Amino acid sequence: MIWDLHVHISGIDGATPEERLARMIAIADRMGIDRFCVYGGMTWIKDPSPETFCDFNDQVLRAIARFPRRAFGFVYLNPKYVEASLAELERCVARGPMVGVKLWIAHPCSAPELDPIVRRAAELKAVIYQHTWFKSGGNDPGESTPEDLTQLATRHPGVPLICGHTGGDWEHGIRVIRPFKNVYSDLAGSDPVAGYTEMAVRELGAERVIYGSDVGGRSFASQLAKVFGADIPESARKLILGENLKRLLTPILQTKGIKP
Amino acid sequence: MNTTPAIQISEARKQIEVRVRKRIFHLDQDNGSPWRCQRWKVWNSHFAVRSDLEMNDAETPINLRAPGLPRRQFLQSTLIATAATALATLPGQSAEASSPALIDTNITLGRWPFRRCPMDETPVLVAKLRANGVAQAWAGSFDALLHKDISSVNSRLAEDCRRHGRGLIVPFGTVNPTQPDWEDDLRRCHEEHQMRGVRLYPNYHGYTLATPAFVRLLQLATARRLLVQIACSLEDERTQHPRLPVPPVDTLPLIGLLKETPAARVQLINAFRTLRGKPVLDLAAHGVRFEIATLEGVQGIASLLAQIPDDRLCFGSSAPFFYFESAKLKLRESVLSESQMKAICTGNARRLLTV
Repeated sequence: MIWDLHVHISGIDGATPEERLARMIAIADRMGIDRFCVYGGMTWIKDPSPETFCDFNDQVLRAIARFPRRAFGFVYLNPKYVEASLAELERCVARGPMVGVKLWIAHPCSAPELDPIVRRAAELKAVIYQHTWFKSGGNDPGESTPEDLTQLATRHPGVPLICGHTGGDWEHGIRVIRPFKNVYSDLAGSDPVAGYTEMAVRELGAERVIYGSDVGGRSFASQLAKVFGADIPESARKLILGENLKRLLTPILQTKGIKP
Repeated sequence: MNTTPAIQISEARKQIEVRVRKRIFHLDQDNGSPWRCQRWKVWNSHFAVRSDLEMNDAETPINLRAPGLPRRQFLQSTLIATAATALATLPGQSAEASSPALIDTNITLGRWPFRRCPMDETPVLVAKLRANGVAQAWAGSFDALLHKDISSVNSRLAEDCRRHGRGLIVPFGTVNPTQPDWEDDLRRCHEEHQMRGVRLYPNYHGYTLATPAFVRLLQLATARRLLVQIACSLEDERTQHPRLPVPPVDTLPLIGLLKETPAARVQLINAFRTLRGKPVLDLAAHGVRFEIATLEGVQGIASLLAQIPDDRLCFGSSAPFFYFESAKLKLRESVLSESQMKAICTGNARRLLTV
């Protein structure tokens, strides 16, 4: 069982969201991937207005509506616009089919503006994914580090939070999140550097490590290799490839009547 | 015999598997040449048939052939068949060990300066490559990045390949044209170590492809008919050690140089982290070869081959820095024709190294 935490409908050919997802599913089938979480949209804007992130989410809604058994939607929000983000959370998750929240680089996740979004997402049992990087040359404005995420995790100790890309510099990111048991490591979206997954499993435990690809910016191949190429027990491999994500998503899937 | 080649191959493979199970062949034909078949060996519970894609008919053990099938035809057909079997296997399934039809044009021996890689002991890496059906791997040395005594780095690399590679690993020494008397390092690579190519690290060594010494190096290497590999990058610049930032190589000057030295054979390795779009097409149009270690995006190989000729792209893993499986799984992610698959797995690399 392989569940992919992190795919985009950008970076793949197709005139419509549905076409793009259909194309992705054909490739995912070849790679043995059963289900995936889709983050919008067909293009990228780092600091989207409410109108723009709603448009992106509409694209995801269109795409996943066509493939409800394969694809789960994550709602893209911008914490700079708290009220609009909360409204979008209601539209896409509370009243819609989406099951998670995607936060990118518009605003540091350590900021207090995140709190109402996290609280409401937790009430809805939505899974929260926060992009993080720790770049040796410096982050983009608004881009969160793993340290930022741990501040948020401290304020919301009962809410599972996924540390997107584990900070990119994974040797740093793994150490940062290690004491925070509600923070999960996402393997997606970086080079398939050997040793990454072994360290994550060693330091965090396999239960806190989740496979994701970040296609279309990345390939399924390079990201799956982090799990299939790692020297870890088979039981850990299964957890990382799908069981951990399934466990996190099961409460909201059951709420929505979706069979995990 | 009137049976079809496919049936003959199938029968031949059954024969091989039976022999492996009985662990009866352990033919050690240590003839001292990295280009000849040296050993057929049982590899744990898998069987890894090592073969040399350039070996002549006389070197193929007669008892491994299908009756009535010429040795070369048998070998070539078996390579294709086993590669197809391996690539059809789902991730994590163990049958991946049975593909011998790969030439990995981008591996590195030794220690990455900033961390231990899980496969950085040469015997361990060799075992990994064999288990994944690699018939040949072109190796540079991590020591070449920062060591000043490049001559000893190259000697150790050659010795490491001889001692542990047993014909599998082909050494690619390094020349640093900013160093005094670098021309003799090139001579030693060619004449003393019988290397078929050199691997360059311009940005670790502090020169550009417009530096006159590099131009001279390219000319001398070409005169010796050596393949020149240029490592465009080794690590994502965003994760580099803050005290040692190394930007990717600017390949723009290369096109002009190749017009002046058309016989040069150049392969860019780890190129696609930063090299995309028109520069790739221009370089490919001037005969530059690439490999897939840093090729990303959905169906990356197929997408690239829609833009450049099939003969420009080789298999490369960047192991042990990268998980080897990354490159291998890319072969499955893209839908490729049989001829494209064969070209990437072996054919292009073989032609590149054989003048």
